[in-house]
Amino acid sequence: MGAYLVRRLCLMVVTLVGMSILIFVMLRLVPGNITDIIFDSAGFVNPAAKKKIEHQLGLDQPILTQYVNWIAGLARGDLGYAYVSEKPAINEILPRIPVTAKLAGLALVFSVLFGVPLGVVSAVRQNTALDYVLRVLSLSGLSLPSFWLGLLILMAFVHFLGWIPIYKNTPESPWQELALLCIPAAAVGFRSSALVMRLTRSSMLEVLRQDYIRTARAKGASETAVNYEHALRNAVLPVVTIIGIEAAFLIGGLIVTETVFNIPGVARFLVEAIRWRDYPIVQNLVMFIAVIVVLVNFLVDLMYVVLDPRIKYEA
Amino acid sequence: MGWSAGLAVLLALAAMALGPSPALAQKQGGTLRIYHRDNPPSASIHEEATISTVQPFMAVFNNLVLYDQQKPLDSPETIMPDLADSWSWDVTNTKLTFKLHAGVKWHDGKPFTARDVECTWNKLTGKDPDDFRKNPRAVWWQNLKDVTVNGDLEVTFVLTRPQPSILAMFASGYTPVYPCHVSTKDMRTNPIGTGPFKFVEFKRGDSVKFVRNPDYWKPGKPYLDGIEWKVIENRSTRILAFVAGEFDMTFATDVTVPLLRDVTSQAPKAICELAPTYVSTNLIINPSTAPFNDPKIRRAMALTLDRKVFNDILSGGKAEISGVMLPPPAGVWGMPPEMLHALPGYAADVEKSRAEARLIMEGLGYSEAKPLKVKVSTRNIAVYRDPAVLLIDQLKKIHIDGELDVVDTSIWHAKVTRGEYSVGLNLTGVGVDDPDVNLYENYSCESERNLTRYCNKEVDALIDKQSQELDQEKRKKIVWEIERRLAEDLARPIILYDRAATCWQPYVKGFVLHHNSIYNNWRYEDVWLDKQGG
Repeated sequence: MGAYLVRRLCLMVVTLVGMSILIFVMLRLVPGNITDIIFDSAGFVNPAAKKKIEHQLGLDQPILTQYVNWIAGLARGDLGYAYVSEKPAINEILPRIPVTAKLAGLALVFSVLFGVPLGVVSAVRQNTALDYVLRVLSLSGLSLPSFWLGLLILMAFVHFLGWIPIYKNTPESPWQELALLCIPAAAVGFRSSALVMRLTRSSMLEVLRQDYIRTARAKGASETAVNYEHALRNAVLPVVTIIGIEAAFLIGGLIVTETVFNIPGVARFLVEAIRWRDYPIVQNLVMFIAVIVVLVNFLVDLMYVVLDPRIKYEA
Repeated sequence: MGWSAGLAVLLALAAMALGPSPALAQKQGGTLRIYHRDNPPSASIHEEATISTVQPFMAVFNNLVLYDQQKPLDSPETIMPDLADSWSWDVTNTKLTFKLHAGVKWHDGKPFTARDVECTWNKLTGKDPDDFRKNPRAVWWQNLKDVTVNGDLEVTFVLTRPQPSILAMFASGYTPVYPCHVSTKDMRTNPIGTGPFKFVEFKRGDSVKFVRNPDYWKPGKPYLDGIEWKVIENRSTRILAFVAGEFDMTFATDVTVPLLRDVTSQAPKAICELAPTYVSTNLIINPSTAPFNDPKIRRAMALTLDRKVFNDILSGGKAEISGVMLPPPAGVWGMPPEMLHALPGYAADVEKSRAEARLIMEGLGYSEAKPLKVKVSTRNIAVYRDPAVLLIDQLKKIHIDGELDVVDTSIWHAKVTRGEYSVGLNLTGVGVDDPDVNLYENYSCESERNLTRYCNKEVDALIDKQSQELDQEKRKKIVWEIERRLAEDLARPIILYDRAATCWQPYVKGFVLHHNSIYNNWRYEDVWLDKQGG
């Protein structure tokens, strides 16, 4: 196990280095830089002034020098200065992380709390009316874009309650914040829960046909014990994998949801930073997301050992 | 009967004397909540050319003079004192002296003096080493030779020639006075002004907050305790939020004609005013690329434009069809309709114009079977793309086969400035309804904002001539002559000036929307909230 951990950690570092190069190069392949945007917002271009700003921001340096400067800064914990606000990038990124973390966490909780039990029910009650209803629900979750669902929710609130559940910077209480985040979390988690539900259902159906399930039933185990202790435990591995992948994909979903519900999180901020070619923000934020994704995948791999004792990484 | 009538009159007079006069009716307090459509690029008005910066940050500053915030039309007659108590021209009309208000303080407590005025214009004219990172309206001050200070409370602007319009530029929301002691960098992030509201914080992409300046030099003002801006980039969300009463006011001209119907039906008490945005949709043709260097082709393109179709489809028929200057009644300087219709491409009978255009094109060897293929470039934003599609359809009618070329918005201006386009569809905002502002910025040979690099020395001479003319009526005639020349030269033909609405809740009082500029009426010092009365 120890050797496996060391190997995985080394691989994580290699992955992150690769990611950093990819982010850095791809960002510079996108047409235009911050000076183009600065002048575009003013409706003209002054080549001399543009060059002066490029020099001030170090954009006229060779790309390798810029990359080395960035990595060296990262190693020192210096993320540089945001081009747009001219404030330290860390001060721009940090306050937005908790909001997105809460939203993503709630969305994941929503997808697991609804997806797994409903998937089990759907499998156990295969081809019943309830199964059909749940399958339609899961299909709609997969096919409804979250921005559309979000807008529909907002319109319904305004129309029926005369109130709009958009995020407030200073919620009156943690409960109000939770309530305000629950609605967008449901909008973004609906798709994930549908996916988790479908996967749980198909995985359960496969497991429920196994010999050991028949044996458990023959031993006289209750249906609950069969379904949840024997079947679900064996069916959950692919579900955990997909939850891990979904955690990474959530960022994509959050971009839209944070925009529709006006939540000042990192996902919306990332899009704005890309639009402004605010390299220090984009680079560091994408690296941060990459670290999270790599860590989540690592944790998922470790969870396999916990969930299925037969898995031994040394083997 | 006689004594009772007399008593009634006396009582009425007493009631009038004791009752609240309009001037005393304003209520103090409350925070005005407004949504913002996007993140302001910076807080420095002088460095930006967008309403995104002017609308929130104008409240931090004062100008030397300002357009009357309570009158809907900006004109030379509505220019009022602000930091300058009075102003006067010398006999040569080249020296403009402002007497400044005494006892004014910056928000950080330092005194405001004539030196601050000198500093601001030294930065604008590039004489200060700590000049602006970008200076989009440098052309406004090209006639300014010097700024001289006479003590703490008098400043004189020395011009190279008479220019009555310079007062209009001073009165624009784009022309606040900056403090000498604060760097241009700090003004982008942490602005200090003398205005009715102090800057509190600017959370990028999220919110901007201002608080009442308790030491404001205009007694009793402002009435609001503060202003809070919330950035909501999604238009559906922000309109719904306004309808739900989450905001007291929409962003300027954010409610389009189709959206206005929704807002007025869902929030029937809201006050919505539809006004010209003074942003033109215009056709740009690169005269340095073949075959568009042939004036005949450019004329044919002008003749095919059916502005009514653009207006009906894009603006529900509410837009202003005009030349370069905004037409009356909202515009002060625009051509009368009969003169406008005589310009190339403005005739009422579009089919007749198109027949003429087809003849021109056929004379140059193009036909339905052998059309001229061209890329129609535009920015990748809906307000640009939609008219570009209509333009392509109209070009098709004269044997020009256009293909939409959407350009990433970040490189649009750079690409056009470099001349890397043949035909394009552009939007151009005008800061002040004034010929100098519009003509110098967009059509003079030297202007950095003359994107198409149109250059006609005769037109330049006419622009200078109108600029020096002191008689407004005579000046209008020269402006109309310039308009005619620009239309004949196909210098960025204006397709239309759009209209859009700004809405506010009925309890927002003291706000007057200006109808010939969206950049000049955001001081908010007269605005107050009457929530009980709402």
